[in-house]
Amino acid sequence: MTIEQYLHIVILPILALSAVLILIRFAIGPSFSDRVVTLELLITTGLGAIAVFSVYSNVPTYLDVAMIVAFISFLATVAFSHYIEKRKRP
Amino acid sequence: MTLTFAEYAIMALMTLGALFVLLAAIGVVRMPDLYLRISVTTKALTLGVGMILFGAAIHFSDITTTTRILAIVLFLFLTAPISAHLIGKASYFVGVPLWKKTLLDELEGKEDTRAELGVPQDKAKPSGVKDSSETEKPFR
Repeated sequence: MTIEQYLHIVILPILALSAVLILIRFAIGPSFSDRVVTLELLITTGLGAIAVFSVYSNVPTYLDVAMIVAFISFLATVAFSHYIEKRKRP
Repeated sequence: MTLTFAEYAIMALMTLGALFVLLAAIGVVRMPDLYLRISVTTKALTLGVGMILFGAAIHFSDITTTTRILAIVLFLFLTAPISAHLIGKASYFVGVPLWKKTLLDELEGKEDTRAELGVPQDKAKPSGVKDSSETEKPFR
């Protein structure tokens, strides 16, 4: 078993399963803050999937995409927390 | 075919990282409280994604790619606590309930500290008193 097969058979399905579990909490999360936290969790899981895919396809340029996604995740969480404070209800 | 030592290292790192991500996903489904879910986000998932990224660094074994991966991991480790603190503080003062078995609440009864810092609060104040931050200062 080469490492590409191992990534394709084992690692990527584990990441997909965790993304599905996070989506369940995104659907049932009682408050808006739960959904913001879950969104950040989902984006960071996608960042891990991008890293695994860059090893799988042997293209290191995909890691630039991972960096930009990390920036966007942080900025989105900061903006959402600002607007949660401004609207004053959970 | 046999695998080299570097490939075994990549497999071990990526497996551990994926298991940490899976643990974070299970935890975010099963934790009873928003704040415990924030704790899951800022610890387990950051560790898991960091291990996956270090596995990618071993696979490419190139100085430019390794530097890029170190930058991503450093950025994640810096910003995950900051965003968790921001969203937790905003949710606490907006009124997201705590778990009913919570033992210690050190912020209980405290008002939002932004009033002392001069950040404008809600509009429910007596209208005669104006905050110093709401009056426009002349531009000098």
